[in-house]
This record gives sequence, C-alpha cells and structure tokens, in this order.
Amino acid sequence: MRHDGTIGRRLRKAFSSAYLFYLYLPVLILPLFSFNDSYYISFPLQSFTWRWYSELASDPSIIAALYNSVQIALVTAVLSTALGVLTARPLSKYSLRGTKSIIGLIMLPMVIPELILAVSLLVVLNQTSIGLGKWAVVLGHMLICYPFAVAILMSRFEGFATVLEEASLDLGATPFQTFWRIVFPLALPGIIASVLLTFTISFDEFLIAFFLSSSEPTLPVYLWGQLRFPKKLPSALALGTLIIAVSFVFVILAEWLRRRHSATGSTP
Amino acid sequence: MAVKVAKDTSFSAAIRRVFLRARPETKAYLQLSPGLILVAGALLVPLALLILASFWSSHSGGEIDTSFTLANYEKLLERPGYAMILLRSIGIAASVTLVTLVLAYPLAYFVAFDVRKHKLIWLILITLPFWTSYLLRVFAWKVILGWNGAINSGLTSLGVIDEPFGFLLYNPLSIVITMSHAWATFAILPIYLSLEKIDRNLLDAAADLGDGPLKRFFRVTLPLSMPGVLAAAVIIFIPTVGDYITPAMVGGPDGMMVSNLIQAQFSKANNWPLGAAVSVVSITSVAMLSFVFVASVRALTARIR
Repeated sequence: MRHDGTIGRRLRKAFSSAYLFYLYLPVLILPLFSFNDSYYISFPLQSFTWRWYSELASDPSIIAALYNSVQIALVTAVLSTALGVLTARPLSKYSLRGTKSIIGLIMLPMVIPELILAVSLLVVLNQTSIGLGKWAVVLGHMLICYPFAVAILMSRFEGFATVLEEASLDLGATPFQTFWRIVFPLALPGIIASVLLTFTISFDEFLIAFFLSSSEPTLPVYLWGQLRFPKKLPSALALGTLIIAVSFVFVILAEWLRRRHSATGSTP
Repeated sequence: MAVKVAKDTSFSAAIRRVFLRARPETKAYLQLSPGLILVAGALLVPLALLILASFWSSHSGGEIDTSFTLANYEKLLERPGYAMILLRSIGIAASVTLVTLVLAYPLAYFVAFDVRKHKLIWLILITLPFWTSYLLRVFAWKVILGWNGAINSGLTSLGVIDEPFGFLLYNPLSIVITMSHAWATFAILPIYLSLEKIDRNLLDAAADLGDGPLKRFFRVTLPLSMPGVLAAAVIIFIPTVGDYITPAMVGGPDGMMVSNLIQAQFSKANNWPLGAAVSVVSITSVAMLSFVFVASVRALTARIR
C-alpha cells in the first residue's frame, strides 16, 4: 500500500479512532453515571458519590442473585471446557470423516437466536421431570458456551507437538499418563482461557436465564427486574458497572494467557 | 479360575480395555460423543419438540391439546398483524446489517492495511466491548437515547437545543442504532480476516497497470474481500431478526419484533403452541432469506470478477 495517498490514510485513521471510541461509549456511560449523585441519569453531572454501591451491598437479594450467578457460571465453565477438550483434541489431531458437519453441528447454537434456544428448552424441561432452576440454566448455558470452548481449544491444539505425545507413549507411559503429563500441561493456557471466557459468557447471559431460572434469578435477571423502578436505576447502573468490570478483568486475563503462551514458539 | 481372579473386572477397567483396543478413529468418535450428545439433547431434540408443539393447540384455560392441527399456522396467515411484525423484524435486521457493514468496513480496512505495529492491540480493543454483557450494552443505549438521556440532557445543558429530541428512543431507529453498535465486532473481524488474506502483489499489479486507488479498490480489494463481507452479513442478520432484549428495551410499541411476539405467547398469552409456530415460521423464513441472499451475492460478484 505504498502508493496510497496519505490523505486517505489519515481519513481512515480519524474514522477508525472515532468508531473505536463509539464502540466504548456505552461501556463508559454506565460507570460515569453510577457515581453521579442523582436519581436522574442526565447531564449536567451532580456531585460524586459511592451511595449506589453501598445500596447494592446492603441488598440481600442481590447477594443471593450473585451467588446463583457464580454457581451457575462456575459449573458451566468447567463442564463446557471439559467437553471442549474432549472434542477439540480428536478434531485437530485426526482428519475424520464428517469433520465439517460435526463442527457445523457444534457451532449451530451460535446462529440460532437465544430466544428460540430458551423457549425450546423451556418446552422440553416443562414436559419432563427435570424442571426449571439452576440446573436448567446450566444446561442452556453449556449449549452456548460449548462452541466457544471448542473454538478456543482447537486453536490451542493446532500445531500441537504430537511428537511429544508419541515419545511419551513409546517410552511406556499409558495414554492416561500421557494425557495428564503431556497433553494437559501443554494445553493448560488454552484450558484456563476457555474457563475464563465461558465463565464470562454464562455470568453475562440474560435471556436463557430469564426463561429457565424460575425462582432462582441470576444477576442479569435480577437487574432486568430492577429496571422497571426509576428509583432503582442508579443502583442498577452501579451493578452493571461491577459486572462489566468483572468481564473486562476475566477477558483480558484470558487473552493474555492465550497470547503469552503462543508467543513462545507455537502458532497463535 | 485363577486367571479370572487376577483379571481386573471392575467397570472402569473394562472401559479402559475397550478404549485401548479400539481403532484411533473409533477412539476419536468416542471422545466426540459427549459433546455431540449435549448438542443433540439440548438443541436438536428441543427444536424437534418445538416444531411438533407448533401443531398442537392451547385451550383458553392454558391446557394443551396434543392432537394434530394446522390452526396455529392458519391463524398466522389470516391475521396480517403477524406477517407485519415478521416483515418489520426482517426490515430492521436488514438495515442493521447494512449500517454495521458500511461502518465496519473502513475500520477493518484500516487495521488490515494501515496499521503495522500495533495490529494486535487494535484487534483486542475491537473485541473487548463485545465480551461485556449484551443486556448492559442495550441498557446503556437506553440511558443514552432517552428523553432525559445523555444526548438530550447534554445538548440541552450546552444550549444547543431547547426541546429534547423525541425520535431517539422507542422506535425502529433506536433499535438500529443499538444493534449496529452491539454487532460491530461480528462485522469487523470477518471483513478484516478476508482483507488480511488478499495478496498484496495483486494490488501493486493493479496500480502498475494504471488503476487509480478508487478503481483498484472496486475492482480488486472489494471483490476479494466479499467472502468476509458475506460471512459478516449472515452472522449479523440471522440473530438480529430474532433478538429479544433490544426491541423489548428500546423498541417501544412501534418497534415490536417477532421475538417479543414469541415471548408473549410463552408468558402472558400462555399459548405456547402458537409461540412455537411463530418461532418455526421465523426460523425458516430467515434461513431461506439468508440462503437466497448468499446465493445471489455470490452470483453477482462472480460476474464482476
């Protein structure tokens, strides 16, 4: 692109920077007003306050919802990552018959609207004895987290040192020893990244939890309920800010883990 | 007898023996099976049941009659209100897709061609907002666009306007603004990937053969990046037709979309066979539309090349 005029490039840079700022606008607005000492979310800003955050801490139903959310997200993250390891390994190791359609099937939950996933699960769970509640939410969340886990872990396993694995087997280790002592440690950054990201997806998810959580609301479901009350809006902003902060920390950690390890030689 | 005793007959040992003796291919399929069981059990079976339920009916008391009937589909055909909501959803999703692609393309182009040193940082910055809760991003737009929201109160306090803008919230426009923001990452990344793949020699060749920057863009760069644009269009269009949170939060009565209709059938109206029928109709029409769209764009770009 050496022949390109610099004006075009400057224009593109200006546009891209503005667009990037616009992408962050909503994420910045929530924290800004969560420290604003007013029930109305409007300019000009009033004085700075921690009031809405202390209101959160004193609300027992938020603590209960937080507890539900963390439980669900933990179980979902561990289970979908475990399934992801089981799936990603053979898919990147062998060229199996039907690999393309298997991957298509795994990725299917990503293109079906979440509402459809939620109501179809609702119909099934209502017809069977499983019923609604935390486990129902875990099931729904696993469905949307599993494709992410597979995608993250497949990129981890690609260009994986099969030589080490073969050497281990040749030297007399059992397949299970080989897995625990060779495959697992090498895949660990990918596994942790997958746990962090699937945790974030589950922790943030609203719609499936809204339909399936029944009397055990998650944090987003609780937040949705609060939005109806104008007086609760500022503390909803504070809660939202905290949720966003948690997601940011988790995602940056996961990205760092993924990149740091790939920087030491294998493909990114 | 002695041989039998020495052999480990526990269940796990039996499984291990079967696993060790199996061919590599069988092993691979065995490892794949738990995940596939999840997809089958939590997605395919429920979807099949949803389709089945769309042929059931609901009595006024909320009781479900499982005898086969086409009544739900007849109802959807008879009352123009349903078709209108579906058409509106498709129209809104198409506008969202178009707006997002047009805004995302220059950024993707910038990162692919202009950024050299800090590519990774740009890519991470682009993906980061996508990982925050969708519900919260939509909620933030409601706060921004509202009658007393950030834009209106900001402009009023600056003295730019006397009266707040009423057209910002609770209409299809606010849905398009919110969604084209929320789905930006899904447009930027596929377009960026396809731009990144373009052989730079082709661009130099076009320039050497006398194409100006604009001509070269439309004859070389744009057609070669079409796979990414197409992927982005489909990735955005399909889920936005069925999005629930955005129309429910910022759409208002004029912005009601098909998912609000489905949700109402499963809660307030308590007529989930009808809700199932609406789901089936919207999924099939979206799938068909996307197929026609992809096929026609492919045919069109093939002719340009």
